[in-house]
Amino acid sequence: MATLTSNTPARSKLSPLSLLNRALKQPIQALQEYSVLVGDSIVKACSPPIYFSDVLEQMDVIGVGSLPIIVLTGFFIGGVMVQNTAAQFQQFGSPALIANVTSIALIRELGPFIAALLITGRNGSGIASELGSMVVTEQVDAMRALGTDPIRKLVVPRVLATLIVLPLLTAVTDLVGLIGGYIVASYQLSITGVEFWNRAITALASGDLIQGIVKPLVFAIIISTIGCFYGLRTHGGTQGVGRATTSAVVAGSITVIVVDFFLGKLLLYYFVS
Amino acid sequence: MAIRPNNEIVPGEPLIRFENVSIGFGETEVLRDISFEVEAGETKIVLGESGSGKTVLLKLAAGLLRPSSGRVIIMGRNLTEMKEVALLDFRRRIGFVFQEGALFDSLNVADNVSFRLREESKNVREMETRVRESLRFVEMEHAYGKFPAELSGGMRRRVSIARALIDQPPIVYYDSPTAGLDPVTSQTIITLILRLRDSQGVTSLLATHRLQDAFGLANFVFEPKNNRVVPVWEDGDGRHFALTKVLVIRDCEIYFQGETTELLKSEDPYLRQFLA
Repeated sequence: MATLTSNTPARSKLSPLSLLNRALKQPIQALQEYSVLVGDSIVKACSPPIYFSDVLEQMDVIGVGSLPIIVLTGFFIGGVMVQNTAAQFQQFGSPALIANVTSIALIRELGPFIAALLITGRNGSGIASELGSMVVTEQVDAMRALGTDPIRKLVVPRVLATLIVLPLLTAVTDLVGLIGGYIVASYQLSITGVEFWNRAITALASGDLIQGIVKPLVFAIIISTIGCFYGLRTHGGTQGVGRATTSAVVAGSITVIVVDFFLGKLLLYYFVS
Repeated sequence: MAIRPNNEIVPGEPLIRFENVSIGFGETEVLRDISFEVEAGETKIVLGESGSGKTVLLKLAAGLLRPSSGRVIIMGRNLTEMKEVALLDFRRRIGFVFQEGALFDSLNVADNVSFRLREESKNVREMETRVRESLRFVEMEHAYGKFPAELSGGMRRRVSIARALIDQPPIVYYDSPTAGLDPVTSQTIITLILRLRDSQGVTSLLATHRLQDAFGLANFVFEPKNNRVVPVWEDGDGRHFALTKVLVIRDCEIYFQGETTELLKSEDPYLRQFLA
């Protein structure tokens, strides 16, 4: 399909110094603006007015709407994990240990991580495109002109809703992942249900559960604020909305991966070791 | 029939005042050293080509943008010194009609129009009455439960006007309210603005690139008593005028400021382009 290209002449060449200046300044400025947005939304989430009906609406969109993909993905992740490691456990002569490993891996790491990545793809992009469309059609300006704070009306409900539903979705991912793991384990390793679930539960320490709860809370703030940030700074019409959506997904996914590593390390240090 | 404004007026003070206002985005200068005043009850037409900074000027007047230098004083309040929280509250006394209407897609017409009242947690029955009144004024009561996607461009603008009027603000800004509309619909919108000016004494800034809008507003008045629009006339009591002035922006600066009659007589080649 043909693409429309601008006929505007190329910009005059900039000196290497000003190019370097711009290259350094822009990301720092973006980081500063993002920090301000996060701080602002946290402060406003703790003070009235809070739009509870908007929070509920967003919980429905993010939580209920994401449930089918969370269930499907979680189930197969658990299954695939057991499928790929079953042979090794058989070699060691203790196939039942697969339940311990699956449980710890899902609760500590895979559950929060998979749920966060799915929500980034589905809702981080959704938030960015929705707010981006509102910006380019001047709806956000109209809201300000009508005396309503867009941070309170648009950002805070999305942050609160993600903060509430992501831990729940993570719990669902953990559960269906274990179910998927159990089904594969019972077929491939002939492990009984009692043995699998007994081991899966007893393998978990309080530190694992803390990791499984803290991570989704942090990821929720990252996903929702990055989506809102890219959405609200959209410019350049419909093309800009597309760019904002892509940026929100890319930045959200990368941040989740990086934060997961460091947060995991920190939580392991404090609660597991 | 002289038009008498009935809004919040500080005697002797203009309702809108720009003092040496400049603004730019990055390296691009948009407005430079803009100074003008709008008296109570007056309609100031901001005329300029596309991209000349008309919308930016309106957004500055509503405190949606902050100038790089200069002062914007609305109803005696210096917007440039106000914090966003105070501005949000202040903007409830100003109506803003955006270029494409800027109606909220996810809300129906009634909810769009009552948006401001909901924020003020008004009584449901009172809200409905006022929404219907406002929609009736723009002749859009039949669209009460419809969504913006079901409305035409002209209908969206009219609903947007109804939304801006819901709290009966003393000042209303119109950003290219007739852009992209057919002549008949454009005339309907201009008549609405005219009725608002003459029946409620609303002070306004109207950005447009169409000179017809300026002449429509300058050469006609609305008679609330007879509920009809009539041309301005002159008799023994003097000239019965419409409080409408024009401000032309060119190359980031004010190029012309005055009455439409002066604009008509001007021999300036640039201004003649608008008249052609």
